[in-house]
Amino acid sequence: MVDVSLTILVIDENPVRSAILEEGLREAGFTDVVRLDTTHELLRRVYQIDPDVILMDLANPSRDVLEQMFQVSRMVKRPVAMFVDQSDTAMIEASVDAGVSAYIVDGLRKERVKPILDMTVSRFNAFDRLTRELDQARTELADRKLIERAKGILMKSRGVAEEEAYALLRKTAMNEKKKLSEIAQSVVTAAQLLG
Amino acid sequence: MTRETALDPNRSPATGRSLERLRVGFIPLVDCAPLVVARDLGFAEAEGLELDLVRETSWANIRDRIVLGHFDAAHMLAPMPLAARLGLGHLTAPILAPWVLNHGGNSIAISTALHDAGGAWGAVDDPAAAGRVLARLVVERAERGEEPLTFASVHPFSCHDQQLRHWFAAAGLDPDSDLRIVVVPPSYMVDAMAEGGVDGACVGAPWPSLSVEAGVGRILLTTGSIWPATPEKVLGVREVFAERRPEALAALLRALDRAGAWIEDPANRPDLAARLARPEIVGVPEALVMRALAGELRAGRDGAPVSVPGFLRFHGAGPHGAINRPRVADGLWLAAQMLRWGQVRDRDRAFAAARAAFAPATFDAVFGPPGAARDDETVRPFDGAPFDARDPGAWLDAHPRPVGRPG
Repeated sequence: MVDVSLTILVIDENPVRSAILEEGLREAGFTDVVRLDTTHELLRRVYQIDPDVILMDLANPSRDVLEQMFQVSRMVKRPVAMFVDQSDTAMIEASVDAGVSAYIVDGLRKERVKPILDMTVSRFNAFDRLTRELDQARTELADRKLIERAKGILMKSRGVAEEEAYALLRKTAMNEKKKLSEIAQSVVTAAQLLG
Repeated sequence: MTRETALDPNRSPATGRSLERLRVGFIPLVDCAPLVVARDLGFAEAEGLELDLVRETSWANIRDRIVLGHFDAAHMLAPMPLAARLGLGHLTAPILAPWVLNHGGNSIAISTALHDAGGAWGAVDDPAAAGRVLARLVVERAERGEEPLTFASVHPFSCHDQQLRHWFAAAGLDPDSDLRIVVVPPSYMVDAMAEGGVDGACVGAPWPSLSVEAGVGRILLTTGSIWPATPEKVLGVREVFAERRPEALAALLRALDRAGAWIEDPANRPDLAARLARPEIVGVPEALVMRALAGELRAGRDGAPVSVPGFLRFHGAGPHGAINRPRVADGLWLAAQMLRWGQVRDRDRAFAAARAAFAPATFDAVFGPPGAARDDETVRPFDGAPFDARDPGAWLDAHPRPVGRPG
């Protein structure tokens, strides 16, 4: 059962990812979700929001800022525990692998927090997958353009047809155990150097 | 060389031997140098290791990743293995410090506004004089009803935090009521000082020099003048790693030893400064790294460099023997600070954690026993009574928390 009364604070400098996470949490029934995409005046804002759960991306250097805050009990209204349950290393591992850390108000029961963490981990992983797919698509496009340029250079300098230029690139790549795009890059670079 | 050898990426091109891969986390600071040098100059490879160095953004990430086994070893703040053993703020995990990466390298920088308000603060190696000025300013501000001064450290369990507290307390100030201590990541420190969010900060090189160059800060004190010859960063490993892969750990210590010797040679400083300045390592101008390596600091943007011999030490002999050898006395000293400031309450547990984390057994097994038993040699902070590791409780009894100013 989802406990909608919990206040969840999402601190993530990537506004797209935090929007995706917020949407997921709202769909799951959590209505009190606050997002911060800057760590400016972090302590004051955390104190004002007084969240039950804080989710923070691991690439954020301000993790150390939060941890100091939890050490000094008078800086927070309620004591904070890191992660949901110290014995649940699988959950912690899944969070860290996904690139997110969780801080929970001490005493909050595991079953109340678990759906939040599950949602966070799956949304972070989905975002990561999307980013990787996008990166891959970009690289593939760039590689294709590079190979076209290398083919053109070979066709001109060696007076060969397009298929033959491509076969030459492929054979070289296989012999040198390199990617086709790497050989293409070498051809383009060499052509630039030689003028 | 056989064809298989040539194709196997895990084999050393130099020796043809198979390399054992170790993932090591680090934070962009000058004192990550031994790890970078061990990798770049082939000292690790000569020991049969391939170092995969992973730059991290927070000490919290370093801790989580070593505890989870993502890292085999890591660049760690010296109090972190104790905090991990005591389960402070996180999972309880038996972390060892089998190697001390460096002594020194931290400075306390203050904003130019605070510097101007204080007037004559004294020399960078005179914490007593600077403390008197600070105490006067704290009293004046309180009398005017102003907010207390805010100083930054880098992590709750750090020498930076403990050195600031020690200096405040020696000046008769209560670090928790007369002043405020917050954490600011080093890379944000210059901005925080410029915006007035912090009045001062205790941070490792090269970041204090960046505040000087940006015209927003002054280097007030080197922390070697507060605590001479104490470990600043250590190599942290899990106990289970030391047990299961003793050969790999020994090889890593030997590689770090050779890297340290290379670093200590002044002729290698320009090369090292260029390596550390790279964007994927520390990512700051070479000249600022060089200041830390050479111990030639500029306290302010105008003015001559101040020479601080031994500002940052990576290798060789210190007052208590080889500086890279972990000493139980140093672990007990750090535990005593954690006890003094209330981060942990149980003395027996804290001292037991220190004895386990800073045990020199691994080091001695690799490099042989030390010439003279120096494990109990005292730590000598600037303000009087030395810390005798044979009776760490006595120092604590003699150094209670200062009583905060009334109101």
